[in-house]
Amino acid sequence: MLAYVVRSIMQGLIVMLAVAFIAFSMFRFVGDPVVNMLGQEATLQDRAELTERLGLNDPVPLQFGRFLMNAVQFDFGISYRQGRKVSSLIAERLPATVELAVLSAIFALVIGIGLGVFAAIRRDSWLAHVVMTVSLIGVSLPTFLIGIGLIYIFAVELRWLPSFGRGETVKIGWWSTGLLTTSGLKSLIMPVVTLGFLQLTLIMRLVRSEMLEVMRSDFVRFARARGVSERNIEFRHALRNTMIPVITIAGLQLGGVIAFAIVTETVFQWPGLGALFVNAVQFVDIPVMSAYLFFVAAVFVLTSLMVDMIYLALDPRLKSGPGAK
Amino acid sequence: MKPMKTLAVVGTLLAATFLTTISSEARTLRWARSGDALTLDPHGQNEGPTTALGQHIYEALTERDHTGKLGPSLATSWGVVPGDPTTWEFKIRPDVRFHNGATLTADDVVFSYERAMQPTSDFKGYLSSVESVTKVDNLTVRIKTKGPNPLLVNSTTSIYIMNKAWAEANNATKAQDFKSKEENFAVRNAMGTGPFTLVSREADVRTVMRRNEAYWAKSSVPLEVSELVFVPIKADATRVAALLSGEVDFVQDVPVQDIERLKGAPNMRITSGAENRTIFFGMDVASADLKGDNVQGKNPFADKRVRQAMNMAINRTAIQRIVMRGESVPTGVIMPPFVNGWTKELDAAPPTDVARARALLAEAGYPQGFSTTLHCPNDRYVNDEGICQAAVGMFGQIGIRVNLVSQSKSIHFTLIQKNPPETEFFLVGWGVPTYDSDYIFSFMYHSRQGSRGSWNATGYADKDVDAMIQSLSQEIDIPKRDATIAKLWAKLKDETIYLPIHHQALSYAMKSNLDIPVDVANSPKLKMVSFKGS
Amino acid sequence: MNQNVPPPPTTGAPAGRLARAWDSDLAYSFRTSPVAVFAAVLALVMVMSAIAAPLIAPYDPFDPASLDLMDGFTRPMQPNEISGKVFWLGSDGQGRDIFSAILYGSRVSLLVGAASVIFSLVLGVGLGLVAGYVGGRTEALIMRVADIQLSFPAILVALLVFGVARGLIPPAAQEQATLWVLVVAIGLSNWAQYARTVRGSTLVEKNKVYVDAARLIGLKAMPVMLRHVLPNVMGPVLVIATINLALAIIEEATLSFLGVGMPPTQPSLGTLIRFGQQFLFSGEWWILFFPALALVLLALAINLLGDWLRDALNPKLR
Repeated sequence: MLAYVVRSIMQGLIVMLAVAFIAFSMFRFVGDPVVNMLGQEATLQDRAELTERLGLNDPVPLQFGRFLMNAVQFDFGISYRQGRKVSSLIAERLPATVELAVLSAIFALVIGIGLGVFAAIRRDSWLAHVVMTVSLIGVSLPTFLIGIGLIYIFAVELRWLPSFGRGETVKIGWWSTGLLTTSGLKSLIMPVVTLGFLQLTLIMRLVRSEMLEVMRSDFVRFARARGVSERNIEFRHALRNTMIPVITIAGLQLGGVIAFAIVTETVFQWPGLGALFVNAVQFVDIPVMSAYLFFVAAVFVLTSLMVDMIYLALDPRLKSGPGAK
Repeated sequence: MKPMKTLAVVGTLLAATFLTTISSEARTLRWARSGDALTLDPHGQNEGPTTALGQHIYEALTERDHTGKLGPSLATSWGVVPGDPTTWEFKIRPDVRFHNGATLTADDVVFSYERAMQPTSDFKGYLSSVESVTKVDNLTVRIKTKGPNPLLVNSTTSIYIMNKAWAEANNATKAQDFKSKEENFAVRNAMGTGPFTLVSREADVRTVMRRNEAYWAKSSVPLEVSELVFVPIKADATRVAALLSGEVDFVQDVPVQDIERLKGAPNMRITSGAENRTIFFGMDVASADLKGDNVQGKNPFADKRVRQAMNMAINRTAIQRIVMRGESVPTGVIMPPFVNGWTKELDAAPPTDVARARALLAEAGYPQGFSTTLHCPNDRYVNDEGICQAAVGMFGQIGIRVNLVSQSKSIHFTLIQKNPPETEFFLVGWGVPTYDSDYIFSFMYHSRQGSRGSWNATGYADKDVDAMIQSLSQEIDIPKRDATIAKLWAKLKDETIYLPIHHQALSYAMKSNLDIPVDVANSPKLKMVSFKGS
Repeated sequence: MNQNVPPPPTTGAPAGRLARAWDSDLAYSFRTSPVAVFAAVLALVMVMSAIAAPLIAPYDPFDPASLDLMDGFTRPMQPNEISGKVFWLGSDGQGRDIFSAILYGSRVSLLVGAASVIFSLVLGVGLGLVAGYVGGRTEALIMRVADIQLSFPAILVALLVFGVARGLIPPAAQEQATLWVLVVAIGLSNWAQYARTVRGSTLVEKNKVYVDAARLIGLKAMPVMLRHVLPNVMGPVLVIATINLALAIIEEATLSFLGVGMPPTQPSLGTLIRFGQQFLFSGEWWILFFPALALVLLALAINLLGDWLRDALNPKLR
């Protein structure tokens, strides 16, 4: 048991190291930060000096080692773009992304499960067919198109919702939240729908097919035979058995939500980590880029660790074999 | 439950305060553009959006109005000291106060100039000719240059003056050093003399400024905006949507394709004008052989006839009409019209003549044309990628097959600036903050030596031209200097080292109760805003 | 794009002869499903017209020399003010015919999609077989990497691959290489589902008597297993491949939208959408609308087929 946990953690660490290294070696190809940092009047000598001062002339392994040493202490240095500590930049942007990601995950889960159950129970009703077809269109629509379409309809034509940003935010300690103001809540609607839509359709389809499977299983037949009411079977037995894979997959999708936040945040000018990353890529702000990738890797390792733990709790057979499902 | 309640109360209170500020007599101007200022440090980043925001909080000794005309600001008068061509004297405006109430003195000016000349400053290039800055008395400063510099005053518009005591008290006497681990206090805080004082700043989200009620020029400028909110909105569609839906009042970077629609929208005003920036192609005219072409052992660009043929192949009117939707001025010289040295004759572009271009190519030994690779930025100039695509088609019509590589500016500009350059054919745009031809010659035509030629990726190197360019910075006899400039342009235009396309035009979009004229430096001065009707 | 398509059931008909009967079942279920027929016809029309693009397209949008800038922004079905040329679906800002661009663009999109699916299929099936057969540390390693791949955002994987490739390939060759870089980038981010499915099936087969028997009479176990395992996993793999094809096409569009996809001189549907997007507010709706419609229809048709295929291959759902 303990050995399994330790092994999971070790594997997680190796993953983080690998991600960090790939990310780090990639940065050399994104462009030259020095060009952006110096104005257009800079001379060749100015550029050479700054390159030297930033340590960009050192061999890559040395740069990587230095980066790792600092990263372990959560010290990612100073942003080339904004001249601010990267750790405080990340802390400042984190609430926006977390609120967006968590709300869209909840949105996707609640609506997705609801519609999935409906589509499974009323499998042959016309509404279920409509829901399934719409969900397929949803899977076929790229996220960025959904966002742009929503802005066009609800911000420009109808003027119901703001087209960008978080609206007014309230500070609670270092955390800034948009959940306590009307404008903050209004601003959340379109980004949450955009980001959650894809997950919603996936969860819905998953719930439907799992539920159909369970409904055909022997124990449901026995329950029926015992005279348990249909409603009871559907919600007490079938749904509960459906939830385990759904929750696991939804957990694993958290990484996907964060990655797609890049697109959503760009479209809605959402001041979160994804937008920070996109701006950093354009400016070749290496400290911010590495910190972001480190963050994503950490989120991934933590979620997959959590999923492993859940499996462990659910399925004691796993105590010896890693990776098996 | 209790903490939740407290939070809700706090939230309501905050919301209430916010609402009351809005409903009072206040006039808020919400200003959007595509990118945020990188820092508030007045000497940290010499970059358009950064200085455009900075000028509302900080001021310099002199300033340019929206047409580019130089005038007094924190200095009331200036001039070269009689008998000493290497020293300039500036008289400082009396009774100017910083936002913290301190009075502006020569000490602040000397401190700010010395701060701007430090290695970590991004503005040291403007002051590279300066040897020392000294205080004569409380309201007089002298700047000594290494040799005679007749144009020094042009650089003073860019050097913002900050409060010395404030900087020292907050340990911000140096511009941000990116090697250091600590953030400089001046990055997010500011202490200047400008028309607006900083209220709050969230990078990439919003910067809020309040009217400086004690502004020294309050009687001579409208200063009707009581609260100035600056919001960067990166995506074009979102930025236009925000203006259309009334979430912002003034948009600076209007995508050219949306101008027509905004003009047709109710209660919108569009202002347009030329920007101080010219867009052009450059090519490697010096290498013995190109890597990216299909011609072996020869560099087709080295032949002037090839360059002339390409110059004739470009249909500038079509680019202006379709790609730029009229928002540009076709040109034949890489110099914006505001610059000293510009003439109508130089500006004339060669007429498009595909037949003649083909003949010239054949004469140069390429009757079948050749193929090459063009590098283009896709996020720097107005429709840069579209210009390149259009040009690829036009070069194709005279038999030059062009592969197009378009990428982000951070990669594109690296190719140009590398030594030796990693591009043989590229698009670039150039603005001239000093409004003098020397700036173009030094960066684009002078051979890559010392502090000059850092943007000259063409390999063009001509000893006579270099000597003439160098003489410009020493010559104090203005008519003689202008003659040299004219001579240089005559020669360089004939050489066709670059293929000029157009001067970029600018458009601002705003609610119709505003009328903000286009600023040639794309740095609108919002203290000049007055509201019409209401 | 990392959707966990629910792993298709591996429990199908056992193998061998039954597969043939299966096929006829499949054919029957196809004939009786109007959605499947509709999707198949739609997909077929789009794929065929993409393949035959050079024959159908009225213009060659890839030949910059043939474009006339003055034809730019012509409205659909209306003659251009200057040249009088008519473009069925209008023209874009470069004077390129949108209809031809869509034909050629779906060609690029389909090529990238199909090639990356084949890439991830070969990789995933291969690794799955090895993992299931060899077992032990190798299996643990492969499956762990697959787990990582499944939960690591595919877009980020693709961005990383793209970034590294850009550094490794000389600038002059980049324009030509972009397509294959995309194939590898998208392929690398989608192989894990195949590996999981195939490994599961391989584990089941490995312990069967015939494998031991084959080993005893001196036959190599691997080829024997291949003969039995492969037909068994054909169904699920086909389902994954179909759905992944739609995913890959959308993933390519998203990458192109983020600016790291196909170059403007060789546009895919995603690149066309990226260009069209800037004209959303300016009234030139056709530049965005038609390529977006083509993309959605293409993805939808493939998804519908995949959906039907999954249900059809799952006897329990029939």
